[in-house]
Amino acid sequence: MAKIKETDAVTGVDTTGHEWDGIKELNNPLPRWWLWTFYVCCIWSVGYWLVMPAWPLISDHTKGFLGYSSRAGLSKQIETAQARQGVYLERIAAADLEEIPQDAELLEFALAGGRSAFAVNCSQCHGQGAAGSAGYPNLNDDDWIWGGSLEAIHETVLYGIRSDHDDTRINDMPAFQADELLSREEISDTAEYVLSLSSDRGDAGAVARGEEIYVENCVACHQEAGAGDQDLGAPNLSDSLWLYGGDKASVIASINTGRGGVMPAWNARLDPVTIKQLAVYVHSLGGGE
Amino acid sequence: MNPSQQSLQVHPTTYLVGVALAVGSMIGLLLMAKAADPVMAFHGLVFLLACVSGVFLLIHRHYNGANTRAVSWSGADATGVEYNDGVVKAGVIASAFWGVVGFLVGLIIALQLAFPELNLDLPWTTFGRLRPVHTSAVIFAFGGNVLIATSFYVVQRTCRARLAGEVAPWFVFWGYQLFIVIAASGYVLGVTQSKEYAEPEWYADLWLTFVWVVYLLVFLGTIWRRKEPHIYVANWFYLAFIVTIAMLHIVNNLSLPVSLSGTKSYALFAGVQDALTQWWYGHNAVGFFLTAGFLGIMYYFVPKRAERPVYSYRLSIIHFWSLIFLYIWAGPHHLHYTALPDWAQTLGMTFSIMLWMPSWGGMINGLMTLSGAWDKLRTDPVLRMLVVSVAFYGMSTFEGPVMSIKAVNSLSHYTDWTVGHVHSGALGWVAYVSFGAMYHLMPILWKRQRLYSLQLVSVHFWISTIGIVLYITAMWVSGILQGLMWRAYDSLGFLEYSFVETVEAMHPFYVIRAGGGALFLFGALIMVYNLWRTARGDLRDEKAQITASRPAAGRPAVAPAE
Repeated sequence: MAKIKETDAVTGVDTTGHEWDGIKELNNPLPRWWLWTFYVCCIWSVGYWLVMPAWPLISDHTKGFLGYSSRAGLSKQIETAQARQGVYLERIAAADLEEIPQDAELLEFALAGGRSAFAVNCSQCHGQGAAGSAGYPNLNDDDWIWGGSLEAIHETVLYGIRSDHDDTRINDMPAFQADELLSREEISDTAEYVLSLSSDRGDAGAVARGEEIYVENCVACHQEAGAGDQDLGAPNLSDSLWLYGGDKASVIASINTGRGGVMPAWNARLDPVTIKQLAVYVHSLGGGE
Repeated sequence: MNPSQQSLQVHPTTYLVGVALAVGSMIGLLLMAKAADPVMAFHGLVFLLACVSGVFLLIHRHYNGANTRAVSWSGADATGVEYNDGVVKAGVIASAFWGVVGFLVGLIIALQLAFPELNLDLPWTTFGRLRPVHTSAVIFAFGGNVLIATSFYVVQRTCRARLAGEVAPWFVFWGYQLFIVIAASGYVLGVTQSKEYAEPEWYADLWLTFVWVVYLLVFLGTIWRRKEPHIYVANWFYLAFIVTIAMLHIVNNLSLPVSLSGTKSYALFAGVQDALTQWWYGHNAVGFFLTAGFLGIMYYFVPKRAERPVYSYRLSIIHFWSLIFLYIWAGPHHLHYTALPDWAQTLGMTFSIMLWMPSWGGMINGLMTLSGAWDKLRTDPVLRMLVVSVAFYGMSTFEGPVMSIKAVNSLSHYTDWTVGHVHSGALGWVAYVSFGAMYHLMPILWKRQRLYSLQLVSVHFWISTIGIVLYITAMWVSGILQGLMWRAYDSLGFLEYSFVETVEAMHPFYVIRAGGGALFLFGALIMVYNLWRTARGDLRDEKAQITASRPAAGRPAVAPAE
């Protein structure tokens, strides 16, 4: 191709005289603003290298005039946070569980800490508002399976339910169908009786037959008229609040299998102060005894 | 020698390729028989089938292909050079195909994030396996095919030389498709080395290395036989892309297979060294694959389509070399506030800041090339797509350095903001410049008067632009919201939100993002329809738009100097 420099009619700028497949190039200079912004970025970077750790040396690196290190920065942040919370944490550690709600300052701190710890550790099962779901108890009501006092809640959080901890809360409701303790008809009748404790049932015959079976098999734990027993972890069956659902199929399923839900022991994962705060928080949710 | 003479004699390289394919078939058979795991047996079968097909193609080519070459698979222009356009055509078809696949899988995983039930509880369809299928399909299958096709086209035209080799370019094309199939099927079957954008295991990496070296040789060989005294700027960028990707690919994939007949391997590096190598690779995959390579496309197709000279030769030199030099250092900004030493974080951040203007040099050269031809944006939607791609390029190469600043990064890192940033570059820049190039090439390669419909190009443009805007704004909002929620403390120093609450807050934005992705996919399907009708030779009756493809004869843009 001809290497004649031409002038672009539109802009009045010369071309470089090269041409490739009809494409030519203008010989415009570098835009001033572009060049200066580039210089400024470079100068800024050199300045940053001077004050911050930057270039590797043989066995070390340049430290920079500010002496910054992200490790030291993190330690300082943790120190500051601990200094702010430390006083309260120490007081909660020293206090008896029952003393915490008496002290307005400690209560406020424990509720905030408990709420945060609950959101991170407990909300996965019990829900963000602690309203629970099928198999995961609602913590806002006053229907407590293992007790709703501060002490009882604290113990449940510490050791869990049917967990691998030696002090875990544990009971063992039989699986009446799986273990062939009751027939299908007997289980159906028992369910009718249990449901009749909190609602009107149409089949009086079934309820009566169920009551006999209940007295023989269930009353030792669930007590007379389904009142339940928190020492044994036997739920109250007369209050129309149901952990696994209150329709007949769900009640039958509970009798069939015995359920046996599990909650982990938190004493291995959370420190004692956090567990105290959790107990105070859960106790405050509405149904604490 | 004329084509008929050529068909009588067998070129020595044909024998060589034939023998190599036979050996490849044996290796495939051996892997099938001796495989240590079922996926390797399957991939052995795929390799065997590919090699056997290769042998048949070679035989077919020997008896028929060479005769018809000049007629159907090549395009000669006024320069008298007989260009090899067959492989470019195949590349455009593959680009369109993989593009749709990649966008579709992207939409599926976007919907999975909004509605987790769509994981279907099957190992093969979980987000974890489909996500690399999406990223590899759009970056390497779609983007890679666009780069191979356009580089083969551009290097021939700007060198006035036919592609080096006859079988070699086809080997590059089919070898690359084989890599894609092995990589993607491996992901779905659970084979990965868990390195982002470098998930394929050692045997797929080895194969790609081989294909890539042949690609480099074809490209260099074509430049070697050029009839132009100078090498055009687009070819600098293509060459930088090919050479650097080879280096990055090899170093980041250094690993030791557990067994030569098994899929599993262990990386050579460990811990923070491995992380730094990975992000040196990862960032420069962006820098040299998605930036340098596609700048090569921009430097040819923008001036060609606008029928204007490139704005500044000097700027192209300076921004090329500064881009190449600075990009390679910027990777550590992916590892801010990690175990990476502070000094390396500083360097990663400062080199990213210095990279801002070199990146923008490409944008300036692209946009300013339009001076004197801005009116064409009204009538030519293909040019509009190319120009908007350059604008998105400018936006995301500004956003990148901003996000590399440690203070900003402490908010943006690990959030959806990063995902939005990547997609403003991937959809706005990479995909748009590719669409523009494909629209431009289609009538030329298939020797049609023009595209089937420019109005459909315009519809594609607007639908995808709305899709992109929905996507990136949703990700900005959700990313910043997410970052702020993660770091929120109450007055007593306790975390304000649990992680699951931040996930819940993302839901509406995930739905909007999926909507944006659906629009983008829909636009691409319109493009495929348009390209298909163009290939068939159909012309939609569109008088108002025809002016767009008028020759520049009416107004001489360049006149001889006094």
